Amino acid sequence: MSKKILIVDDEPNIVISLEFLMKKEGFEIAVAGDGEEALAKVASFNPDLVLLDVMMPKKSGFEVCEALRADPERAGLLIIMLTAKGRDTEVAKGLAIGADAYVTKPFSTKELVVQVKSMLGVA
Amino acid sequence: MRRASQIRQRLAGLGLLGIPLLTYPVLGLPNGVLDGIPVTYLYLFGVWGGLIGLAAWIAERRGG
Amino acid sequence: MLSGASIAFLATAYLALLFAVARFGDARADAGRSIISANVYALSVAVYCTSWTFYGSVGRAASGGLSFLTIYIGPTLMLLFVGVFIKMIRIAKAQRITSIADFIASRYGKSQLLAGMVTVIAVIGVVPYIALQLKAVAASVDVLMAHSGNSAQIAGLDSTFLIAVVLALFSILFGTRHLDATERHEGMVAAVAFESVVKLIAFIAVGAFVTYGMFGGLTDLFQRADEAGFGRLFALDSGKAGTWTSLVLLSGLAIIFLPRQFQIIVVENVDESHLKRAVWLFPLYLLLINVFVLPLALGGLLSSGGTGINPDTFVLTLELSRGAEALAILAFIGGLSAATGMVIVETIALSTMVCNDLVMPILLRSTANFVEKRNDLSGLLIGIRRAAIALILMLGYAYFRVAGEAYALVGIGLISFAAVAQFAPAMFGGMYWKQGTRAGAVAGLSAGFLVWLYTLLLPSFARSGWIGNGFVEHGLFGIGWLKAQALFGLGGMDEISHCVWWSMLANIGAYVGVSLWSSRDAVEASQAERFVDVFRFAGGTTEARLWRGTASLDAVVELLERFLGVPRARQQLAIYAAARDVDDWRALKVDAAFVQFAEAELAGAIGSASARVMVASVTQEEDLGLDEVLGILDEATQVRAYSRELEAKQRELQEATAELREANERLRELDRMKDDFISTVTHELRTPLTSIRALSEMLHEDPKLELADRKRFLGIIVGEAERLTRLINQILDMAKLESGRAEWTTGEVDLGELARETMDSVGQLFREKGVALASEIRDDGLVVLADRDRLTQVLINLLSNAVKFVPGQSGRVMVRVGREGGAVRVEVADNGPGLTAEECSVIFEKFRQGGNTMTSKPQGTGLGLPISRQIIEYFGGKLWVESHPGEGANFIFTVPLPVPDE
Repeated sequence: MSKKILIVDDEPNIVISLEFLMKKEGFEIAVAGDGEEALAKVASFNPDLVLLDVMMPKKSGFEVCEALRADPERAGLLIIMLTAKGRDTEVAKGLAIGADAYVTKPFSTKELVVQVKSMLGVA
Repeated sequence: MRRASQIRQRLAGLGLLGIPLLTYPVLGLPNGVLDGIPVTYLYLFGVWGGLIGLAAWIAERRGG
Repeated sequence: MLSGASIAFLATAYLALLFAVARFGDARADAGRSIISANVYALSVAVYCTSWTFYGSVGRAASGGLSFLTIYIGPTLMLLFVGVFIKMIRIAKAQRITSIADFIASRYGKSQLLAGMVTVIAVIGVVPYIALQLKAVAASVDVLMAHSGNSAQIAGLDSTFLIAVVLALFSILFGTRHLDATERHEGMVAAVAFESVVKLIAFIAVGAFVTYGMFGGLTDLFQRADEAGFGRLFALDSGKAGTWTSLVLLSGLAIIFLPRQFQIIVVENVDESHLKRAVWLFPLYLLLINVFVLPLALGGLLSSGGTGINPDTFVLTLELSRGAEALAILAFIGGLSAATGMVIVETIALSTMVCNDLVMPILLRSTANFVEKRNDLSGLLIGIRRAAIALILMLGYAYFRVAGEAYALVGIGLISFAAVAQFAPAMFGGMYWKQGTRAGAVAGLSAGFLVWLYTLLLPSFARSGWIGNGFVEHGLFGIGWLKAQALFGLGGMDEISHCVWWSMLANIGAYVGVSLWSSRDAVEASQAERFVDVFRFAGGTTEARLWRGTASLDAVVELLERFLGVPRARQQLAIYAAARDVDDWRALKVDAAFVQFAEAELAGAIGSASARVMVASVTQEEDLGLDEVLGILDEATQVRAYSRELEAKQRELQEATAELREANERLRELDRMKDDFISTVTHELRTPLTSIRALSEMLHEDPKLELADRKRFLGIIVGEAERLTRLINQILDMAKLESGRAEWTTGEVDLGELARETMDSVGQLFREKGVALASEIRDDGLVVLADRDRLTQVLINLLSNAVKFVPGQSGRVMVRVGREGGAVRVEVADNGPGLTAEECSVIFEKFRQGGNTMTSKPQGTGLGLPISRQIIEYFGGKLWVESHPGEGANFIFTVPLPVPDE
């Protein structure tokens, strides 16, 4: 059974590229365009890992992350934050509120795939 | 200290204003009768009362 | 009903009530819960209003019209110079001043001579004033008794004499009950405040009764008075300008320098801040008590119709003529109250002066043995004061017999006012002029007093025939220019103005002249410093250095015990020791500070001049000499100057620090904004780069990608690259605009034409989306001076924004161009979703994009509107948006038309 990944970003082109990249690696994919949709999709799609953009309308990635971490049933959910703002303080903030990893845009597709696979335990 | 001295100076200023108003030659100006009461009487008590009112306002006002 | 007995009973009952109030006040003071509030203090100052005010003002108004008011206007104005009073109080507290004589003597080197002089002048000067009270009370008793058919003789004795005796006994009981001889009497102050209320109520009651009960109100009174030929009484006569001014001046001085006023205002003051209330409440009291004076005088004149009733008794006779006996009794009590209050405070103040400044020095000097034999002298002090009170009242009675009949009440009072005015030069000079010397003060006081004696007091005796009036009529020894009331031929003035003019000339002239030509000794110099610089005087170390010598503790303590009484002396010593963390006063070190303390304690009981003599007698004081004292004082002055400079520097430094902090804050804010901007720009640049990198990496690594995907990905890459280019261009554009380095080619631009051209160029965009684009260009020749390309840029930006947000097919965009005021107005209105009020304002901020679509993120950079606004503002116009959610948006800009050349 393949692992499920939820991609959350408000930039359609980034979503397209991530979706294509992850599908090619054999993951099951769902997408969301903002924070609220992301929370709804987590509930319905029940992913193993979330690729979460920080700067989004309605609810920021930080808020989504906090909400997910507040839910004890989702303790095993992995979260990778994606951000175009590369400031140290934001990296620290993301990790502090419970993200498992933090990736700065633009990212290397190869490295991202390696990281996702290692976190999901699929070699 | 600074505030107290300001009140003192304002009151003294009022005094300097009161002296010419309540002595001659200004005192020679009011004349005639208003509502049956001599204007001189009204003037003296009016200016006097006015000075007292202003002094009270300056001395008792808080904060300003 | 009004028998002699009932009047005596009423008077006694009232005096007993006053006594009770005083007892209450003293008890509260002893318990540490003083009842002297600001209001009580202000009311106690109204001891100024004596029977002169209560009876005499009406009499004065009946002959002199409105001029009676000068006596109340002067104090009102004087009190406004509250700084003078505060300084006086500050000095008095620092120096333990007990009376006005003490004040002057202390300032000029604790001089016993000056203390005695001031006392003599005060006693002689105030005696007529006391006589006035006796005369007024006697007259009021006479009126009441005559009305009830009794004779004015009681048991064969002159009623005035009896009144003097009663008042003397009462004052003695009142003011000198305490065996401890301190300077303050809270019970007395409370009683005086109480009697002030009583006399005010009584007077207003009579005034209202006469004005509204006997006549038809103020208007009626004034009209009838005018018809009866009394019109001059309420006209102000410019010919009396000189008299008016001198009376205002005299009364202004009297409010401080009358011994009882000095006692109440300065010595009895418990809290400087009480003055803030007195400065208006006391004048208000004066105003209230004077409102009905003229109406009463007019009423009296109209009713008596020339029957020879003394106008000084109108306050009683008016209501008696209508049978209002109860009101007459109230008025009598009010008048008695006014007289009693004055006599009590005045005699207490004067007796303190006589005891401390006249009798004690003589006793201490001449009968040293007698004083030394007594262990506890506090009893002796009380005894002297009691005798002094009796003596002063008897002097008052004597003056009444000698000169009282010839004068109206006010006339007598003014003689006293002129006497105490003689203290003014020495007092004011002493407070504000360090160079004023003892010799100057002695000369000034003597000169002023002699002129007063010759031009005012002696003529008052002459007028009643007790001495020959030759010196008044023809001049002393028949020399014409020595006529007592026309010195050097200065005629045409009333006697008071004449006396004020000459006595002040002599007084001030002698004081200033002699001061300038005499020198000070060491004590004078240091006292001058302490008085004039009371607000800044360093005290402490300077104070201690100004005394050098040796003394034994036992001798000093014995001195204190003898004058203060053993219990009080021990108590004060204990307080002093406790303040210095010494457990037992017997272990105190006898240093300069201790001697200073002892002298101050003694000064509170026997005055500063006597205290100094007594302390000197038990200590071996080294003479410091004038040079040394001046040296110490100079040093103190310099230290003060340095510390002031230091303070100023510190303030400057604080201000500079505050400014620096503010500038730093601004810089930090700017830094934060720049940081935010860079962070935002980074984000905007990285977003398209992310897609480009991700997609090109995938294309690069997977050559077997399907053609359709390949095409789609390459399309996205091209689009994102274009977006990136646009973004970089706009950021550069924005940076140029903001830094002012943008290039402008300004020329004539017809905005109507420009609008048409621009609409043509973007027409394709609208047609593709099926959006209707219409225009309404109202005026022709709307030519402005601007950069054509830049304005086109703005319009394109607005149009492409509009087309982006309106719905396809049903969308409509309208362009309107027209003249408005001195500008061209261009509107771009759409029927899109509209903006909230908040969005309307933030939309012009950098990188704030409109719309919050989820999937179709607008393809803007978030810089178009901020750039457009910069451009429009560069040409002096404005760019804004008017919109409500759901009602479309209307972007408007204006560009001013050029001002036509004249």
